[in-house]
This record gives sequence, structure tokens and C-alpha cells, in this order.
Amino acid sequence: MDAIIRVRNLHKAYGKLAVLSGVDLDVPPGETVSVIGPSGSGKSTLLRLLMTLERPDAGTLEIEGESPWTMTHQGQSVAADERHLRRVRGKVGMVFQHFNLFPHMSALANVIEAPVHVLGLSRAEAKSRALEYLAMVGLEDKTEAYPAHLSGGQKQRVAIARALAMQPKIMLFDEITSALDPELVGGILELLRALAARRTMTMVVVTHHMAFAETCSDRVLFFDRGIILEQGAPGDIFRAPRHERTRRFVESILETVR
Amino acid sequence: MIFDWGYVWDIAPRLAEGLVVTLQATVLGMAVALTLGLVLALARRSRYRLVGWPTSALVEFVRSTPLLVQIYFLFYILPDAGLRLSPLATGVLALGLHYAAYCSEVYRAGLESVPKGQWEAAVALNLSRWRTMKDIIIPQAIPPVVPALGNYLVAMFKDTPLLSAITVLEVLQAAKLVGSETFRYVEPLTLVGVLFLVLSLLSATAIRWVEGRVRMEG
Repeated sequence: MDAIIRVRNLHKAYGKLAVLSGVDLDVPPGETVSVIGPSGSGKSTLLRLLMTLERPDAGTLEIEGESPWTMTHQGQSVAADERHLRRVRGKVGMVFQHFNLFPHMSALANVIEAPVHVLGLSRAEAKSRALEYLAMVGLEDKTEAYPAHLSGGQKQRVAIARALAMQPKIMLFDEITSALDPELVGGILELLRALAARRTMTMVVVTHHMAFAETCSDRVLFFDRGIILEQGAPGDIFRAPRHERTRRFVESILETVR
Repeated sequence: MIFDWGYVWDIAPRLAEGLVVTLQATVLGMAVALTLGLVLALARRSRYRLVGWPTSALVEFVRSTPLLVQIYFLFYILPDAGLRLSPLATGVLALGLHYAAYCSEVYRAGLESVPKGQWEAAVALNLSRWRTMKDIIIPQAIPPVVPALGNYLVAMFKDTPLLSAITVLEVLQAAKLVGSETFRYVEPLTLVGVLFLVLSLLSATAIRWVEGRVRMEG
């Protein structure tokens, strides 16, 4: 099967600090990939590049065979225009660590905004779709609440519903439980687990929850110093890592959990 | 020096007419300043340097030259350029342009205060640049700067007497005419001062009210 995400030799630096130094990745449609690794190893940067929040310095990144930043014009590869960029970008959605809800809009308005103005749905259609996803994340009774009146867990649920309402083919989750109080983490992971089980989207999940990575993903990527040092089935990564650094990282995380 | 209350009542209607002109100039000037200021602030942020750079230059130029010079400039130069406006319209344009430059700086601060995550969420939802500005960024950028914009409204109000220099019959000009007819300046000028004081205080109160409203909605 053709990869829905195809990344070759991807490089990104902030000033002199190289964050990604040659990442290759193929993700087939419907797969759930967990990304683990020490902080600063480039996990989030990979997601930011996949979401087109930033441009790669070098290398290629393709979504369904198309680069968001270049397009073919009269047989030549040229810099992409806004239309091309947005068409490719529309296949991807993202949930952020700090939710990034629009504080001046109710939960419902947060979810409706993009389906109306990007997908061109009518208000009524967008509203019924939004209510469906808000119900799915367990917030049917909070639709009129403003973000300031929601708990962290509830905010993240709205953010997930907002991203789902765009029905992207690829969904990126960037440490979505890291800003939550511990007692709220379980519920969000449960939601993530249910989404992965549906297999309707390709999911890339940056996480510190090894249990999630082990039980819910088809594949685990271990990032270290800007490259994917090791990747494989969860069982291999967690029980038979080939690299010493992977083993030490997995052990250190499991220790803090116990 | 005797303050003649009977004389005050005699001249009050003429000053009131001048006051109407002053208020017209303020309200219209502020409408120009608030809208043009936002346009300038957005243009300065443009990713096209051919838009951003000249806008920055214009804003700096307007802020660095005296309002009175700008008023004279427009009054004497616009007709040469084929644009014939009434003195009041010219004055509104000058006030509006001058304060638009200041308001654009205020808007800019407001736009910069919106967290980066809001822009990123808008990108992740694939909103267009225009939609992002209109629905996400501007509604969050303006409430915090309402007080600063309000200060400029009061400042502009107090600058309207400069329009007397281009024959606009606003309240100060009206007072001077009254004075020159009777050689009594104490009453008309005092009245002008009192009117400005009262209206400035009133508008400051109004601004606080607006501020409270936008905070509640946010």
C-alpha cells in the first residue's frame, strides 16, 4: 500500500540548533504510529512540519504523494501557492499540548468555525456535526461553555472534537496529555485509544505514555538527537530494543511510572 | 474682571453651534482613525514588503510631524491636487490620518499580544489568512487595547481646536468670533474650557463602560 505520509531526509534547524537531522518515514493509511524519545529529540518538530506550521530546511515531505510546499506547474516543480498549500494541509489535523482553543468562542463555536468557513458546510450541518463529535468526546452538556470555564481535560476534549470535525485523513497528537492534571490523563488516553481502534484515520501520536504506545500503536518510533534511532512493532521496541539508548530510555520511563 | 452670567447665556447658542462642529469632527475623525488605523496595522504586518515597508514609512512620517502642519498641508495642497473638500472634511481627514498612525501602533501591540498557539490552531484548522484575522486574531487583539484607543479619542477631541486654523467654525473659533465682536473674551473662552473638561470626563466614563463590555464578552 502507498504511504500516506512519506518523509525523506528531513532536516530542520532553529538557528544553529539542529532539531531534525535526516528523518525518513513512511506511514501507510490507517496506521497508528507512536513517537517516543527524550525531550528535544525532534518529535514535536516532526509533527509541526507535517502540519505545515513550519517549512523544512531540506528533504522532502509528502502527504498522499504531494509536497505541501512545491507543486507542478507546466511540468516543472515550483513553489506552491496558497491554494495548493491549503489543499494539502486540509488532509491533516492536529491536537496541541496546550489545547489552543479560541477563548472568545464557546465550545460549539470552536468546533463549528472551520467546517463552516473551510469546508463550506451550512451552519446547521456544521452544528449537527459538531454536536456529534462533542458527544463523542463526552461533552454534550458543555457545548455553550467558554474555554475559561472548562477544566484542562474538557478543553482538550473540545480541541479533539474541533480537529475531528474537519475529518482529516491524518491526525497528529502532540503530547496532548502533558499539560493535564494526572487524574484527567486516563480519560483522554481512553479517547485516543478509541480513535485508534476505529482505524478511520492515520494517527501520529507523540506521547510519554509507554502503555499507550505499547498497546495502541502499530509501530513505535524512537527519536534521539534529531533522527529516528529505532523503529518497529511495540513489542520489539519495548522488550527487545536493538539500541542501548532505546533500552535506557524505555527503562527510565517505566521506572518513573512504577 | 467681572464674569457676566447674562452674557454667558447670550453667547451660549453660538458656542453650542460650534460645539456641534467640534463633536462632528471628533466622531468622524475617530471613525477614520479607528478603521484606517487597523488597516495600517494589518498592512504593516503584510508578508509583501512592497506593502509593509511603505506603510511603516507613512506611519513614522505622520507620527513625527506636527498635526497642525499636516492640517495646513492638506488644506492648501489637496485643492491643487484636484480634490476640493470643505474645511471640515479636510480637518476630519487630517485628524483621522494623524490619529490612525497612532492607533495603528496600538492595534499592533494588540495583534502581537495574541498567543502564537492561536495562529497555529488556525493553521491546523486550515483557516484562510483573512478568516484567521477576522474571526480569531482581531477579536482577541482589540479588547485589551480599548483603553489605549480611548485615550487617543480624548486626545483627538482636544486637538479639534487646531481646525480653527483652516477656518472650521468649531467651538474655539466660535468663541474667538464672539469675543472679537464684543471685546469680551473671559466668558466665551472659559465656557470653551468648561465644555472640553465636561466632555472629556464624559467620554472617559464612556470608554470605561465600553471596556467593561468587551471584557465581559471575552
